[in-house]
Amino acid sequence: MPLHFELVTPEKLVRSEDVYMVVVPGSEGDFGVLEGHAPFMSTVRDGALQVFASAGAAPETIDVVGGFAEVTEQGLTVLAERAG
Amino acid sequence: MASLKELKGRIASVKSTQKITKAKQMVAAAKLRKAQAAAEAARPYNVRLERIVATLASKVSASESAPKLLAGTGKDDVHLLVVANSDRGLAGAFNANIVKAAVLKARFLIAEGKTVQFYLIGRKGRPVINRTFPGMIVGQYDTTGAKAPGYEQAQAIAQDISAMFFAGKFDVAHLFYSTFKSALAQIPTEQQLIPVAIPADAPAASNAAVEYEPDEATILEDLLPRNMTIQLFKALLENMASEQGASMTAMDNATRNAGDLINNLTIQYNRSRQAAITTELIEIIAGAEAL
Repeated sequence: MPLHFELVTPEKLVRSEDVYMVVVPGSEGDFGVLEGHAPFMSTVRDGALQVFASAGAAPETIDVVGGFAEVTEQGLTVLAERAG
Repeated sequence: MASLKELKGRIASVKSTQKITKAKQMVAAAKLRKAQAAAEAARPYNVRLERIVATLASKVSASESAPKLLAGTGKDDVHLLVVANSDRGLAGAFNANIVKAAVLKARFLIAEGKTVQFYLIGRKGRPVINRTFPGMIVGQYDTTGAKAPGYEQAQAIAQDISAMFFAGKFDVAHLFYSTFKSALAQIPTEQQLIPVAIPADAPAASNAAVEYEPDEATILEDLLPRNMTIQLFKALLENMASEQGASMTAMDNATRNAGDLINNLTIQYNRSRQAAITTELIEIIAGAEAL
């Protein structure tokens, strides 16, 4: 089961896809989210998200500004004021 | 009866007016599609943020540490009415409807003994409000520079308003804009901006096991200004779509009216021309008979 990852900005839904893992720059430290992560909310400091499409693949980085991350059973949602 | 030349001139003038209204209608139709797409694209963020804020607010609001934007100042004396209008006319009753809703609310509040202040977005609302409530406009944001509403604009407005709020200039803020329903119907809408209105059917904190980093109150403090910005942004986008929709409908009507007018004038023109010809013929015949 892959992790469902969504990246949303006020202007549009930037990403909505299934990935293996996302490393989020949380305001109190980076954290990686895999499938089945416990429910979690955190503010995100300005920095780069690392998106791993599959295990062992090279990460794709997306810069985000003014972000917030929410992990639920449905997956990971990152709200950002600006992305990319 | 107008002379032939006069009639000809009037037909030409109505025709050129029709050309303008028709062009404006087509421009509005194209812009409407774009504005609708933009409003659509902003929805996912809005929905998610609203849900998160509602969940957090239901948890924090009971405690003492609730942020000011959520709890309010504890008073209910000074009301700020944020009225979002457009910069251009030629959109039927679009601007008038929003202003009317705001004026109604202002009268109601004043009758209750509250102080009312206005913050205007866009150019079109100013003359009417300034005339009805002179000296009550405390702030204004100019949107003439930008073609389409952007998030940066909403941010600037939100900063302006929250600065005034934290300076203690008002206690409650209401936002007036027009919700886009269809090209034919735009609904003037009022929304409470500060303190944040939590929808009554907010999801109760069901998943108690959620972890927060940092704690709920800090997250909420971070999210509330953002929530206000997004509400303003939504209002701007809805307004844009409404304006174009209203403009399209108004211009469609205007074009049709001009068409009717042209038909009437043409008939009148033809009749008077025929009358002139008939008169001339009678004169000639009468002259020939007299010989």
